[in-house]
Amino acid sequence: MHGRTDVRRRLVATLAGFGALAVLVCLLAPLVGSTSIHLSRVFDRSIPFADNIDAQVFFIARLPRVFAAAIVGAGLALSGVVFQALLRNPLAAPDTLGVSAGATLGAMLALTAHADFTLLGISVVPLTSFAGAVGALVIVFALSLARRRGTSSTVLLLGGIAIAALLNAAGRFIQYLSDVTDTFRTVQWLMGSLDVGSYAPILASLVPFGLACIGFVTLPRVLDLISLGEEAAEARGVDVVRTERLALVSASLSTGAAVSLGGPVLFVGLIVPHIVRLIVGADHRLVLPASALFGASFLIVCDLIARTIVAPVEMPVGIITAIIGGPFFLWLLFRGK
Amino acid sequence: MLLDAVDLSFAYHRGARVLDGVSLSVPRRSVVGLIGPNGSGKTTLVRVLNGTLTPSRGRVLLDNTPVTAMSRRDLARRIAVVPQETHVTFDFTALEIVLMGRYPHLGAFALEGPDDASIARKALAATGTAALEARQFATLSGGEKQRVVIASALAQSSDILLLDEPTTALDIGFQFEIASLLSALNRERGTTMVVSTHDLNFAAMLCTELVLLKAGRVLAAGATKDVLTAANIRRLYDVDADVTFHPRAGHLTVVPLARTD
Repeated sequence: MHGRTDVRRRLVATLAGFGALAVLVCLLAPLVGSTSIHLSRVFDRSIPFADNIDAQVFFIARLPRVFAAAIVGAGLALSGVVFQALLRNPLAAPDTLGVSAGATLGAMLALTAHADFTLLGISVVPLTSFAGAVGALVIVFALSLARRRGTSSTVLLLGGIAIAALLNAAGRFIQYLSDVTDTFRTVQWLMGSLDVGSYAPILASLVPFGLACIGFVTLPRVLDLISLGEEAAEARGVDVVRTERLALVSASLSTGAAVSLGGPVLFVGLIVPHIVRLIVGADHRLVLPASALFGASFLIVCDLIARTIVAPVEMPVGIITAIIGGPFFLWLLFRGK
Repeated sequence: MLLDAVDLSFAYHRGARVLDGVSLSVPRRSVVGLIGPNGSGKTTLVRVLNGTLTPSRGRVLLDNTPVTAMSRRDLARRIAVVPQETHVTFDFTALEIVLMGRYPHLGAFALEGPDDASIARKALAATGTAALEARQFATLSGGEKQRVVIASALAQSSDILLLDEPTTALDIGFQFEIASLLSALNRERGTTMVVSTHDLNFAAMLCTELVLLKAGRVLAAGATKDVLTAANIRRLYDVDADVTFHPRAGHLTVVPLARTD
């Protein structure tokens, strides 16, 4: 265990390992599907793009979906890491603070109101679901402003659960009032789908996701210290209040970006951080980037399975993430014991 | 004086005053004990001294600079804190916990270098926990945990240690161990300490000076041999006690006898 001190070496190894996995998955996933294509033909510059069926399938039909899976997977996993550290609770997830519930309610309102126009090339559902996520964040943020020292993580956790319950109840009521078709569309959205169709929604989600990542970059070490407790972190020189607010905003933007793009895909935000911690240890300087890369790879593979396992019918990706993630997590938890 | 508290008052949000005009001075290289009954304001005083809480009146001076004027990072380089108990959420190793003490000395994006690792290992060695460095913190015993947390505070390379009831959760064996560890650190490194405690014999063994707190006020303060008296213990706790110099222990010992009414 001598090597565990050498953070730099471990960081390089972690980035190289998880980075290689992500690149490999990004390249291989678009090759699989009902039409079989070859990587050599995809990148064959001698064939014009208009005549290169393989390149068209790769870049137009399949790659957007892979990128969407990467952003949703990375966004949910990063938020999961941050919420777990911030609330000092291993069961925290993007859903815990009501952010997912807010996004879901936003999406439901648009689906039920049949608002299918587009704004700046983006359809309304992602916009309203993002607005819902931000709305939930505003409530949670107000809670954190009214915090009492020493209990803020408990207040946030309980407050977030209460807000999630409230927003879910509102969602259920809307669903109860809507007709069968709308309900089915809502249920479909809730199970998650990465069939984005084009690059436009991906580019749109990159704005909040990019902003979130700027916040995430400053967080790893302070998250380590905050896991010792707020007072311990403060005594070691961390500005805890500022850190908590920055972390909340970043994680919520990231969750909002992910959920508005792919729906509230189950399990990724909860389980990916734990799998990564079992592999790289607790240090957030390793856990945060590794979770982004592994979350992206994990969801790309799950989506690949979702669209091929019962082809030509597609499985909702949320079901695959839960079916794969659950047993894998249990195996990691109990191996060697 | 290294650390000076002048006329401190503090009340939690809309609550009663927890500290009421508390003044105390901590000379360099001293070990000052804070003793007093539950709710007398010991923990609050430690938090105010550390700048975690801002007093409603009065101020805390560190080498004549108000602590409220210092950044958290600058303050953390001067004052380290050992809380009563530490719960760690994730599976950090003992060495990783100790390395976190280096945070105030590193930039936001700097990784610990060989110097930091050697400071951390020395801190582990000084607290007798070198063999535990690769162990997960959560799997350590109460005494081992507290020693690792003290090592983490030592790795902060501060000149003052604030300890809030460091032995409350420990059995007498570990209590002795922590007391002799702290004495040695004070003797060998010249670390100045402020220790709050309920254990009067622990205070008698370790502290050069005592501050007696009752209901947020200073009841008495001074050299341990002068203020640790049966009369003061009666005023502080309403307990009748024998206070005698114990030749084998080499310090005063307190034997509580009965509650007075």
